[in-house]
Amino acid sequence: MVPEAIKPDEADGIRLFLRRDYSGFSMKVDLSLPGRGVTALFGHSGSGKTTVLRCVAGLERAPEGFLAINGQVWQDEANRMFLPTYRRPLGYVFQEANLFPHLSVKKNLDYGQRRVPAESRKVSFDHAIGLLGIESLLDRQPSSLSGGERQRVAIARALLTSPSLLLMDEPLAALDLKRKKEILPYLERLHDELDIPILYVSHSPDEVAQLADHLVLMANGSVVADGPLQDTLARLDLPTVFADDAGVVLDTVIGAHDDTDSLTRLDFAGGSIFVARRPEAAGRRLRCRVHARDVSLTLEHAEHSSILNILSATVVGIAPMESPAHVLVRLQANGTPLLARITRRSSNSLHLGPGSPVWAQIKAVALLD
Amino acid sequence: MDPADLSAIGLTLELATIVTALLLVIGTPIAWWLARTRSRLQAMVGAVVALPLVLPPTVLGFYMLLAMGPHGPIGHLTQSLGLGLLPFTFPGLVITSVIYSMPFVVQPIQNAFIAMGDRPLEAAATLRAGPWDTFFSVVVPLARPGFITAAILGFAHTVGEFGVVLMIGGNIPGKTRVISVQIYDHVEAMEYAQAHWLAGGMVLFAFLVLLALYSLQPGRHGT
Repeated sequence: MVPEAIKPDEADGIRLFLRRDYSGFSMKVDLSLPGRGVTALFGHSGSGKTTVLRCVAGLERAPEGFLAINGQVWQDEANRMFLPTYRRPLGYVFQEANLFPHLSVKKNLDYGQRRVPAESRKVSFDHAIGLLGIESLLDRQPSSLSGGERQRVAIARALLTSPSLLLMDEPLAALDLKRKKEILPYLERLHDELDIPILYVSHSPDEVAQLADHLVLMANGSVVADGPLQDTLARLDLPTVFADDAGVVLDTVIGAHDDTDSLTRLDFAGGSIFVARRPEAAGRRLRCRVHARDVSLTLEHAEHSSILNILSATVVGIAPMESPAHVLVRLQANGTPLLARITRRSSNSLHLGPGSPVWAQIKAVALLD
Repeated sequence: MDPADLSAIGLTLELATIVTALLLVIGTPIAWWLARTRSRLQAMVGAVVALPLVLPPTVLGFYMLLAMGPHGPIGHLTQSLGLGLLPFTFPGLVITSVIYSMPFVVQPIQNAFIAMGDRPLEAAATLRAGPWDTFFSVVVPLARPGFITAAILGFAHTVGEFGVVLMIGGNIPGKTRVISVQIYDHVEAMEYAQAHWLAGGMVLFAFLVLLALYSLQPGRHGT
């Protein structure tokens, strides 16, 4: 049964209800997602995240389902309504680029754009190829492209249909690390320059931390958690999902550069941190990631420490980790959540508990860029 | 070569061309269905289509003769439509040849569809191409080698048939007397020289067809 709370007139955002039973695997997903920005569907292989994406695209049909994208209903099984894929204004980037081998790059790009009525075209050809940096590839055949180039062409091809929703199924998974790094900046540009909501399936914590605004954690065909990225990453009840990669993401703005010491100050709601001098100008937004394992706690502000970044924070909660020697501490630094992984012994000897004021020493900051 | 030989050659080419064209039109949807269906009938339909591969042509010809005869289902149909009876006519030969050469056309196309997989179809659907659009803009170009193989095999196989022709078409000059029957007539009449011209021509034709076919296959030397 479709829950009563689902109404097609919720004009904003993505409303998604899917239920499907396979032999030995059942999927049940009930989500309201923001209608803008990047939503990452994160989970291990077999968690059902790709199936969700395929159902959203209409490539598979859940026998019970309701799907509305910013007010447009794509599927409503209660009324036996199911829009076939080719009638859904979406873009889909497959894990392997899936370019048409019989068409040149240019013709691959034209394929989707030609099939969209001229008045609905919002993304211009030049904009798309510029955004993905594929100007020089237009006359090539797909078979002569590298994996990274192919994937960039596939993304541009999807964008040229001016989709109201972009679906990306582990677009980087088939690429080696070097190619991944080659594509990630283009994905960030998509995020920054286009106002198209993106559903991004991934099993890589790095990609999620770098790209997502909203996070949906999936396991065994169901949603374990969903919410804004920062809050969801800092939840204490989910550390096993990320295991050793537990940590938070900080959205910062470059405050100032200190050329004497070759440092750059990054400001965010919870304070400031210093990192090695960045090339970007002051005012640029920069996302960074702080792993829980790189945060240690003291009760007094250490004046004589080599650690540069020390933030005042309050303990919100403490949770056990998979390793019995460690605990995960959730902190609040002036509204910004942080996670620290410390030993159980330290936690006990510092008498930490909810409300304890502490100093969080950040040993390393990973800049996501 | 005498005029009877030329007439037989002309008739054979006409028959093979019509049959090949019909088979591409009829065989393609059958191949599509066989390649993509999850129906339990798939194996059965596949077996029926493949039957002419293993049956002696006389068996097929015999049953087609009965079916198209005055008491057979096809015969009833053609008579009620005012078309008369099909045995010993050119149209009768065409219909029987279509069935006889069916597997040679369906199987290469079916294999090409299977080799293509779902992925190009899904990509096309996400790029707003409807089913027919996808079929002509993606499926046909990608399955082209399969279609060419199918057309060559269907044509060549129709040119080479003998038993079915004899059962259904008989030996009517200008109507059903094709090359293979003409060769038979020459040999019966001890006209070995004339038989040589036609038979040698058939050998050459068969060789060229197979040469073309194997050159098309993506082998070590590429295409």
